[in-house]
Amino acid sequence: MPEYLQEITALTMRWVRRLSREKFSMLFTLVQPMLFWLIFFGNLFQRAADAQVVQAPSYISFLAAGVVVMTVLNNGLAGGVDLLFDKENGFLERLMATPIRRTSIVLSRFLFVMTITSLQVLVILGVAFLFGVRPATGLAGVAVILFIGLLFGVGLTAISMALAFSVKSHGDFFSVLGFLSLPMIFLSSALVPLAAMPTWMSVLARFNPMTWAIDAVRPLILSGWADALPRVGLVVMIMVAFDALCLYGSARAFRRAMG
Amino acid sequence: MDRAVTIEVSKLGKVYDGLTAITDLSFQVFAGEIFGLLGPNGAGKSTTLRILITVVRPTAGHATVLGHDVTTETDRVRSLIGYVPQERAIDRFLTGREHLLLLGALYHLPKHETIRRIEEVLKLVDLEAQADRLARTYSGGMKRKLDIACGLLPNPRVLFLDEPTLGLDVQSRLRIWDYVRGLRARGITIVMTTNYLDEADQLCDRLAIIDGGRIKTIGSPTELKAALGGDVVSLTVGAAEIPRLTTLASALKGLPAIRAIRPTASGMELRVESSEKALPAVLETVSRLAIRLEFIEYHRPRLEDVFVAHTGHAIREEFPKTEEP
Ligand SMILES: Nc1ncnc2c1ncn2[C@@H]1O[C@H](COP(=O)(O)OP(=O)(O)O)[C@@H](O)[C@H]1O
Ligand SMILES: [Mg+2]
Repeated sequence: MPEYLQEITALTMRWVRRLSREKFSMLFTLVQPMLFWLIFFGNLFQRAADAQVVQAPSYISFLAAGVVVMTVLNNGLAGGVDLLFDKENGFLERLMATPIRRTSIVLSRFLFVMTITSLQVLVILGVAFLFGVRPATGLAGVAVILFIGLLFGVGLTAISMALAFSVKSHGDFFSVLGFLSLPMIFLSSALVPLAAMPTWMSVLARFNPMTWAIDAVRPLILSGWADALPRVGLVVMIMVAFDALCLYGSARAFRRAMG
Repeated sequence: MDRAVTIEVSKLGKVYDGLTAITDLSFQVFAGEIFGLLGPNGAGKSTTLRILITVVRPTAGHATVLGHDVTTETDRVRSLIGYVPQERAIDRFLTGREHLLLLGALYHLPKHETIRRIEEVLKLVDLEAQADRLARTYSGGMKRKLDIACGLLPNPRVLFLDEPTLGLDVQSRLRIWDYVRGLRARGITIVMTTNYLDEADQLCDRLAIIDGGRIKTIGSPTELKAALGGDVVSLTVGAAEIPRLTTLASALKGLPAIRAIRPTASGMELRVESSEKALPAVLETVSRLAIRLEFIEYHRPRLEDVFVAHTGHAIREEFPKTEEP
């Protein structure tokens, strides 16, 4: 067990070190594009968005939940990128030739992606706070939001890593990623509530785990525990199933890539 | 020979989704030697090495390293070997030292031991001065040194090197040959691949010539050359005479002194019993056919000739010279 810990720590620290070396990339990781969505969309649509439709005091307070979950989505789906490059330049093989548990590599990636994601979510909630969005459930609510983000992020990161191990070229990886992420966002309750969508879109959106995550995060920010708790309970169950499915599906790809 | 066997490979085969990479490979590597796999690109050298270092599973046969099976005792094998991959498997955003620290943890060394060994391997490959620079600022030769330092960090009993001097300048190549000989002197068994004939000839104690995924012959460079016997005569003709080479070849085929004929881009190569006997006969035939020779030369068999004799082709394709504008 201490050996396992030693491996995971060393591999995780490598990701941290790499990020700290890429100063620009670090800046853009923390002040990421999602923040612009919040600030620009949030304020831009303030007047255009009907308070009756979004059921929130301001569009930005409505959008905050969506932006939080979009951040989890983007980070999760991109979570395998570094492993993809490791695979392509042979670094992965170098790691595989050492006497480590195969799972250390995957776990280090989960740990790193989840930590960065949580930090970003905190930055987003902080900026939203500056624009007057006060989470109705307070700090405990923020903790629950982070927890939901973790649950969703694990499954997404697993998919991304499995994809990274399976694709023939990194062009394929980015095509699949690009193909997945926009529909995931538009076919969810991130930008408008389901009730305000064309029926066919709202039906599709119900099959999107993102919708369930957003619909639990949103009352934590907007209304309070009474509204939020049943939805939180529901999303935890959905996410556990989602993660189980993703991990099960990815395990094959991991095993094939790692022997 | 009753030398200790370090690696035993028996009827090894690997098929990648329908593509056969290696077939029925069997060989032994003895303790303390430099063993080479010599072959052209795509011959199956890296595949063989990857099976031995446990990152690829064979689809047939089996192999042991220091008595441990490479498919069932992977962790044992991994902890006893070092590996220097063919690609520069380097993280541009880490320093040389950070690479080594990472590997130290992955080999489960205590921190102080890692630090001690890092000093040692950096000194060995002469990379101390650059150890704290980011790897993206390294030259090709420095990256290769770091690669080798990484391979040596676990203090391996067997070191696997995949094309260690590919693409390096002459000086770096010679220096790497020196390191490798130095490692052998410290008792490390070395298995390396190469597609350079001179490297195989000068560096390897024994080698296996591998082509199309099969072993063609095994032995020390000296043995292999001696086994070929005779001499090699090579003829070069002017461009105008090239169409008549087939006529010349069929005329020479009948001569008793000639064992084998192989066409080259601008002439042909003959393997002969002895050049003393063959040369007069060859020259006589050439002048009878009124073919104008540009050049004739003979030599004792070189490793190149051994390669051709066993595989039927040169290790690198020769292209006919195109006209310079
Ligand atoms: N991971 C792989 N998947 C499919 N085919 C492979 C893979 N690795 C190697 N091959 C194929 O196996 C053959 C041998 O390759 P390799 O062992 O890399 O040769 P070498 O190292 O001698 O150049 C080649 O035809 C190559 O295309
Ligand atoms: Mg190779």
